[in-house]
Amino acid sequence: MQDIRKIKDKAIRGLLMLAGLSVILFLGGIFSMLFYYGVQAFKEVSFSGFFLSTNWNPSGYDQSAYGILSMVVSTLFVSLGAMVIAIPIGVGTAAYISEIAKPAVRETLKPIIEILASIPSVVIGFFGIVFLGPLIAKTFGLTAGLNALNGSFLLAFMALPTIISVSEDAIRSVPEEYKAASIALGATKWYTLVKVVIPAASSGIIASIMLGFGRAIGETMTVLMATGNALRMPGNIFDSVRTMTANIAIELGEVPYNTTHYYSLFAVGLILFILTMLVNFMADRITQHVGRHKL
Amino acid sequence: MKFGKIMLIGTIALSAILFAACGGRANRSNAIQISGSDSEVNMVQNLAEAYMAINKEQSIAVTGGGSGTGIAAMINRQTDIANSSRAMNASEIQQARDRGVEPVAIPFAIDGLAVIINHELPITEMTIDQISKIYQGIITNWSELGGPDLPITVYGRQSNSGTYVYFRDHVVKADYTNNMRNMNGTAQIVEAVRSDRTAIGYTGIGYIVDKDGKVADRISVINVALDENSTAFSPLLKENVESGDYPISRALYQFTNGMPEGRILEFIRFELSPEGQQIVANAGYYPIGEKYLQQLKEMGIIE
Repeated sequence: MQDIRKIKDKAIRGLLMLAGLSVILFLGGIFSMLFYYGVQAFKEVSFSGFFLSTNWNPSGYDQSAYGILSMVVSTLFVSLGAMVIAIPIGVGTAAYISEIAKPAVRETLKPIIEILASIPSVVIGFFGIVFLGPLIAKTFGLTAGLNALNGSFLLAFMALPTIISVSEDAIRSVPEEYKAASIALGATKWYTLVKVVIPAASSGIIASIMLGFGRAIGETMTVLMATGNALRMPGNIFDSVRTMTANIAIELGEVPYNTTHYYSLFAVGLILFILTMLVNFMADRITQHVGRHKL
Repeated sequence: MKFGKIMLIGTIALSAILFAACGGRANRSNAIQISGSDSEVNMVQNLAEAYMAINKEQSIAVTGGGSGTGIAAMINRQTDIANSSRAMNASEIQQARDRGVEPVAIPFAIDGLAVIINHELPITEMTIDQISKIYQGIITNWSELGGPDLPITVYGRQSNSGTYVYFRDHVVKADYTNNMRNMNGTAQIVEAVRSDRTAIGYTGIGYIVDKDGKVADRISVINVALDENSTAFSPLLKENVESGDYPISRALYQFTNGMPEGRILEFIRFELSPEGQQIVANAGYYPIGEKYLQQLKEMGIIE
């Protein structure tokens, strides 16, 4: 009897380990596939032609060009714009929920924020086309609202749940003693929040922003629908932009297999993968940092 | 213990699903798969429905995605018929041959491509050259065409679209300006031209005209002239497109791997029959002319 239980125990432990390892396997598999295909693009495209040129036109009328610079800039442009909008709202909401809101309000707000995270991106993109786009056009006196600003607003909306929930955890884990000490010294609640609590939680808040940023960079459907996808280098927030993700989504469906165009789309995917991995890695390092130094 | 069991069953079930997903391609149903051009998808859907009403045992699945998507699917043997609003290019044909696929082109309808602008703009005629310059980004203000002093906002399709390629190769005859907004489907172009008072776009005529020949709201269809010395013709008149007077018209194709046979051939013959061509006309396109019918006879597709 005892033996069977031991064997069962071992078997289950082994299976669980397999499940855990499979994640690494998938990640490694995806990376090596992207790398294997992506690198082959450089057989025909020079490094400078790929990274430094702003002209992307694989099925050109006269000749092909594979410059990704304006797409990289567009991606960062839209994502950074999203962060400018999302950080104040997100951190403010987190501070409100964890420090100011009454328990009843907090318990209502938290599930609502979680629902926000589960809205499909295609729905948000549709909202961008039919509502936010025309609104932006009207507000700023533009002729069309499918532009970088529209994308930034929608991405901010999508990054908010991540920023709020991670920041809120960080703010909540600031020890009571800090606040008590601050209040005891005669500081107001507002002063305590801004000068004591938020700085003490800053690592967690920064990590939340990095995670939100990673989410924004990788988002595809929303920007594909809402930003107009023009290929040129964006000059201001009212220009139409095409992000790396949108470009892959647009072109991968039609591309003939095993051509330079096909490989260069994988190369774009590889850059994107490295970019989001770096951002997530930095977020992870910052959170670990918090874990070690907290008290 | 209970938790462990659940995990165990869960893990096994998950692996089973993964394995099943990998082997899923083996069993293929009897349905005819058609995919490709967004310009053709509504019309072919109508044809398929009419055909299925007569032949109850045959099922046909029609999807869009763009001509390039359909052709890629045929090369990769994922579809029976590829709808395409353009001919295949040399590299696609080479790709197909390399994979043992022999594409056969079957024209089955004629499409007039309409150039559309927002209804607030007071312009009714353009030459091919003017349209080309707008799409190359050489003409950038409506005042250059005698309109108001407003910038031109250029809308087009994405590169997986046959209309994108056809319009570039036959009208623009150069690369598109990288200021062009690349819309995800014809419906989005029409929507953008409606709401943007500086917009120009292009679309298959069937998309903006209803059964009674009425044009969609808040859109003007441009009359196009071949050059400065020619008369401008409207694509809204059937005669202009059929006679070739309207300069932007094209054949719509279906591609098959090798000469179509059996149930696929029967469906294609239905499309080319007077009944099928009536459905083509109802969808806002034009029946295939005598020239193409002769060609199809020589190919042995119709008798």
